[in-house]
Amino acid sequence: MQTSPTSPVQRIGVPRENFHGEKRVATVPDVVEKLIKLGFTVAVESGAGDGANFSDDTYRAAGAEVVADAAALWAASDIVLKVRPPSSDEVALMREGGTLIGFVWPAQNPELMQQLTAKNATVLAIDCLPRTLSRAQKMDALTSTAGVSGYRAVIEAANAFGRYFNGQITAAGKVPPAKVFIAGAGVAGLAAIGTAASLGAIVRANDTRAEVADQVKSLGGEFVKVDYEEDGAGGGGYAKVMSEGFQAAQRQMYASQAKDADIIITTALIPGKPAPKLITTEMVQSMKPGSVIVDMAAEQGGNCELTVPGEAVVRHGVTLIGYTDLPSRLARQSSTLYATNLLRLVEELCKAKDGVAVVNMEDDAIRGLTVTKDGAITWPAPPLKAAPIAAPRPAAAPVAEKKSGHGHGSSAPLPAKTLAILFAVAALAFWFIGAYAPAAFLGHFTVFVLACFIGYMVVWNVTPALHTPLMSVTNAISSIIAIGALVQIMPPEAGVNGRPDGLILWLALAAIVLTAINMFGGFAVTRRMLAMFRR
Amino acid sequence: MSQSLATVAYIGAAILFILSLGGLSNPETSRRGNLFGMVGMALAVLATVFDPRVSPSGIAWIVGALVVGGGIGLYAAKVVKMTQMPELVALMHSLVGLAACLVGFASYVDTSIQLQGVEKTIHEVEIYVGILIGAVTFSGSLIAFGKLNGKIGGKPLLLPGRHWLNLVALLVVVWFGREFLNAHDVQSGMLPLIVMTAIALLFGIHMVMAIGGADMPVVVSMLNSYSGWAAAATGFMLSNDLLIVTGALVGSSGAILSYIMCNAMNRNFISVIAGGFGSGGGTPAKKGEAAAEPQGEVVPVSAADTAELLREAKSVIIVPGYGMAVAQAQHTVNEITKTLRDKGVQVRFAIHPVAGRMPGHMNVLLAEAKVPYDIVMEMDEVNDDFPDTDVAIVIGANDIVNPAAQDDPTSPIAGMPVLEVWKAKTSIVMKRSMASGYAGVDNPLFYKENNRMLFGDAKKMLDEVLGALKG
Repeated sequence: MQTSPTSPVQRIGVPRENFHGEKRVATVPDVVEKLIKLGFTVAVESGAGDGANFSDDTYRAAGAEVVADAAALWAASDIVLKVRPPSSDEVALMREGGTLIGFVWPAQNPELMQQLTAKNATVLAIDCLPRTLSRAQKMDALTSTAGVSGYRAVIEAANAFGRYFNGQITAAGKVPPAKVFIAGAGVAGLAAIGTAASLGAIVRANDTRAEVADQVKSLGGEFVKVDYEEDGAGGGGYAKVMSEGFQAAQRQMYASQAKDADIIITTALIPGKPAPKLITTEMVQSMKPGSVIVDMAAEQGGNCELTVPGEAVVRHGVTLIGYTDLPSRLARQSSTLYATNLLRLVEELCKAKDGVAVVNMEDDAIRGLTVTKDGAITWPAPPLKAAPIAAPRPAAAPVAEKKSGHGHGSSAPLPAKTLAILFAVAALAFWFIGAYAPAAFLGHFTVFVLACFIGYMVVWNVTPALHTPLMSVTNAISSIIAIGALVQIMPPEAGVNGRPDGLILWLALAAIVLTAINMFGGFAVTRRMLAMFRR
Repeated sequence: MSQSLATVAYIGAAILFILSLGGLSNPETSRRGNLFGMVGMALAVLATVFDPRVSPSGIAWIVGALVVGGGIGLYAAKVVKMTQMPELVALMHSLVGLAACLVGFASYVDTSIQLQGVEKTIHEVEIYVGILIGAVTFSGSLIAFGKLNGKIGGKPLLLPGRHWLNLVALLVVVWFGREFLNAHDVQSGMLPLIVMTAIALLFGIHMVMAIGGADMPVVVSMLNSYSGWAAAATGFMLSNDLLIVTGALVGSSGAILSYIMCNAMNRNFISVIAGGFGSGGGTPAKKGEAAAEPQGEVVPVSAADTAELLREAKSVIIVPGYGMAVAQAQHTVNEITKTLRDKGVQVRFAIHPVAGRMPGHMNVLLAEAKVPYDIVMEMDEVNDDFPDTDVAIVIGANDIVNPAAQDDPTSPIAGMPVLEVWKAKTSIVMKRSMASGYAGVDNPLFYKENNRMLFGDAKKMLDEVLGALKG
């Protein structure tokens, strides 16, 4: 990152996207204001926002300078924000040692990388963001783009589909709800599930990663399982290639879904590989006429054998939509989201808010994003230090241990030494009692010890929710002490040996009154409490 | 009725009491359990009254006493508010303690019992121990009652050298016990007995005064246990097996509850009894960790925004604490729960074992408000679900949701199991102010990025949230 000593404040340039059909723009007027607050100056190429319905005037009003042609903009900008990877013409316009932020796809574009390094450029590829870092989520343009695509895919399907999505019973007859099957429940798939479900369709979805089943359900979809045990979670939140046996079972499931569904939306991608062919020609043939398939993986070859990338075609009576520009078809929304993602990234680069971006290679998120720095290729970034999958494990172990100790003490065996000491003490105590106590006492003592054990066993089974009733009922039961007073109050041997009958009578009477309060009050209040516990 | 018939009736009563406690394992069977307890008690009392040991002329007295006491008891049970349950239970424990003392004295002055040698010694030891436990239970429960209803401050009273005071008291009690056993007649034995009773009463007061408000659940269950042991001791004194069995049941029940409560706070039983936790003990620890001051900002939130968060959530976990009981907010909480459930939001309650002032306190309050008990979860059942929860609302609780218990080994509450509300997407803490909880420990939760504070009286704030939810 060069900060030329003469002009410390850097200029951010936003060119018009010149890729055919691309309507998005890398920043929007609202974000321009915030970039200026960070200390930068902002230049926008004239007409950059036209496709997304942001006029030059709105950019001007937000404080940006509108530059007439691309060459002047590229030459005057320290940092260029883009959506699509730059063309070789654009790279030629780029300032020596400048900074570029946008989608780059370094694996697919080796030539572009060469050109960029030749310009001594620093390039932050938003597609290389380490997505598992929770701190990086605010910058995750792939996610926000995928969300827009998923939504748009349903809208495209609805457009091509000749019926209602929701079921209706009208005076003109009964309309069954549309059945939508979504293959792959990543961000795009989940967005599609939510959109289709909110339109009223019956939504089913499948993913090789079993853990997304709950997410599917949470959005109103039904998760369809493949009848085969294998988990497809690969690294970094992507799916991996599955075994042959699994794929056979999966094909069978897709075949049966194809027969049933009105609309199929496929989103299955495997990083760095062509998209898996999930929907075969036979499956398309088995679908009802008028059905729709939206193939969101068209750019990577498509999940359906018949997909024509970039086009909507009709094959065997089924409309196959293979548009590769779904986010661009919702340009205003995706531009706003993308611009905000880039703003968050620029904020990370410019923590001092002084209008100077600093690429800090110590920061995991920034390190992952940076694919070239000052002309040197720094891609791919080393893996993150703390693997996110390993992290939960050490946390889980102590919790499990604690559980066994808590709540059910009887289940955790005491350490042998403590147990031995306990037994020794108990044995000594029993020996002492046995040696000196009279037989009558021993009888009572036996009863006492056994009762303690019964109490111990019974009380451990009491559910914690009922601890308060337990206390009040044991309290009521402990007024059994009344029996002691009852036998004292007026025994047949009254008056024997100068027994102070009057005094005992009053003491016992007081004790009976006290315990009666307890007895009746305790049971009544327990009854009142227990009556409240209802399902 | 013959002696044998009475004994058989006693066995029946003992079995009914055991079934009564066993019934509490499940809310469905608990009502029947309580009925078993009542039948058992009635059986025991009737068997005793018609026993040859009670002459018929005494029955009038007994009936009179039962009517008076029973009337008071039923009235109290009817008017008590569910938030006052801890006080009522504590007060009732004191009655059992006092009754044990009275029966003990009556037994001592009863000259009709003539025993010799070892039997006499054992009998007198039993009287002495019975009165000792009874007196400690009586005075301790009264102080606990005072602390629970706020007549006495919740802060622990720490006399200088209190452990030595307790030790001296114990030695004096043992010495007077020797004197008591050596006494030749009732008159000379009376003095040691009365002195011992006075010391026991003072000991009970001192013991509970030294225990902080946060440890109240342990104290209440411990006193519950004592009242049981007092009954058992009386049973030995009167050679009555039913009293022994029942006392042992109650005693071990209370002891287990105390153990569970101590576990829930990761505290040693001895150290709770020795007292001094609570506000007093927290201060030195706090000074020592000035460096560990929580980082970050406290973000307040309005009732309307809270309602907005709740409306958009898929799953909500509510963590009630003593603050909900104080504000009497349980009915509003139930209304909010109902409204959210009607909207299809999954609402659950997470109950920490020591939330409130006695074991199970929160469950009773929620049950009173008619919250279905199958959405009320224990800590272990629900703790793993916080990461999948959109909103966790903490109503008037503090220490039981303090992440310092897990993160900060120097914290006074380190190692105490806590509800991991900070793992939810958003946590909202309702609190009157930023004051620390009973443990006197600052709560880093309030400073977490995903935490919001809703300041104000819980009832008032929840009413506003409910209004915004319905509006």
